[in-house]
Amino acid sequence: MRPFRYHRPADVAEAVAVLAAEPEAAYLAGGTNLVDLMKLGVQRPDLLVDVTRLPLDAVEELPDGGLRIGATVRNSDLAAHPAVRRDYPVLARALLDAASGQLRNLATTGGNLLQRTRCVYFQDTGKACNKREPGTGCAARHGQNRDLAVLDWSDLCVATHPSDLAVALAALDAVVEVHEPDGPRDVPLAALHRSPGEHPERETTLERGTLITAVRLPALPAARHSTYRKVRDRASFAFAVGSVAAVLDLDGDVVRDVRLAYGAVAHRPWRAYRAEEELRGRPFSPELAARAADAELAEARPLRHNGFKLPLTRAITVRTLTELAEGARS
Amino acid sequence: MQGGPEQETTTDERHSSRVAFEVNDARRELTLDNRTTLLDTLRERLGLIGAKKGCDHGQCGSCTVLLDGRRVKSCLILAVTLDGRSVVTVEGLAGPDELSPLQAAFVAHDAFQCGYCTPGQICSARGMLDEVARGWPSAVTGDLTAPAELTDAEIRERMAGNLCRCAAYPHIVAAVRETATTR
Repeated sequence: MRPFRYHRPADVAEAVAVLAAEPEAAYLAGGTNLVDLMKLGVQRPDLLVDVTRLPLDAVEELPDGGLRIGATVRNSDLAAHPAVRRDYPVLARALLDAASGQLRNLATTGGNLLQRTRCVYFQDTGKACNKREPGTGCAARHGQNRDLAVLDWSDLCVATHPSDLAVALAALDAVVEVHEPDGPRDVPLAALHRSPGEHPERETTLERGTLITAVRLPALPAARHSTYRKVRDRASFAFAVGSVAAVLDLDGDVVRDVRLAYGAVAHRPWRAYRAEEELRGRPFSPELAARAADAELAEARPLRHNGFKLPLTRAITVRTLTELAEGARS
Repeated sequence: MQGGPEQETTTDERHSSRVAFEVNDARRELTLDNRTTLLDTLRERLGLIGAKKGCDHGQCGSCTVLLDGRRVKSCLILAVTLDGRSVVTVEGLAGPDELSPLQAAFVAHDAFQCGYCTPGQICSARGMLDEVARGWPSAVTGDLTAPAELTDAEIRERMAGNLCRCAAYPHIVAAVRETATTR
């Protein structure tokens, strides 16, 4: 591991100023991904700016019914928060389906959104990877690509975003509060992560050195009928091979509102706007849910080993929405 | 995979820090290379070899300790971040000549074979039972708004961060269940 300096900033402004002045510095939050990548030699910062003691660890119920989640709120505290369990079960479920109890006690809200892909070629410094080292090629494109993207990949990168939390936040239209050298700014979660395109080394739309300070959830009464379904290779403690976050609001049988997002299919959490369009205003049925998933996945381009992700994503869409519909009727 | 592709060493004081924190109720003050994990600090500097290095990547759970009362993986924590904080390892769960209820239950239920993962299993179970007492839900909790009931399925899910390659899992579940119901 490369030697590094360590700094604990007094406030957000100082943290951002230090990153702006130090081109090889990185923020350290829970460390569950960064420290591991430093051991692997994938990330080599020469200065760690520890943001875990900044006053960013509160969950605040907003007057309009929404929720403001500080960036250093731990995954376990967020999943256990009464307002999250009551008003945004999709968020609690996504958090509880992720990692293990020990990791959730460390991992933070902001860090989760900025975690790196678990593409094994990215994590192996002996392999070509345009994300880790631009211009070196992509060993995954024609390698073992079972776990990688089916939507929106580029010839330079087929990585997926590994987060469960981000998928739930995409469905909930979350807003990310960030602090840049110029000051604070709001970024819709849907605009936070990038497609790989020509620059897979850039995973978010944030300028280098930007600090996430909070995530805001708008009030969404329909989210009381929401859930998260994750499919993985073992019963617990594994990354998704497919996942869906869903909010369903029925007026009788008719879909009044629906929010859908997919995980493990693309370089970013995948909000399924096309599927939502198919569903909205129509009487709900499992057949309708299947047609909606097909509409969303129409432009998918599976790789050699991951074609199964299409029927899988379709199946979990149907099952999850059908269960939410049955729950609403009973 | 320790150290990545190349090992780099330094004695440069810019890359070291003075850190003071509590371990098993005793104050410890050390100068550490910033790269040192909590796990390596415990094992190599403080002689506390209960926490084990299994994978060193946060996947196996054998390095689990309690940090400010919460279970964490000590291989992913840089010790330089711990100034003023409090760590409890398996050595600190009971006095030198006694067993904590969890340790006694692990012995009674034969909840191990080789024993390598056991300190991590016990620290994890200790933290997990406190999480249940605080009413935290898990991925298998049916009603998120109701207090969790500690079924065997709940124990298995909540202990998923600890691998046992001898597969003593049924006995580990039994030991945790007994501790939960008699504590």
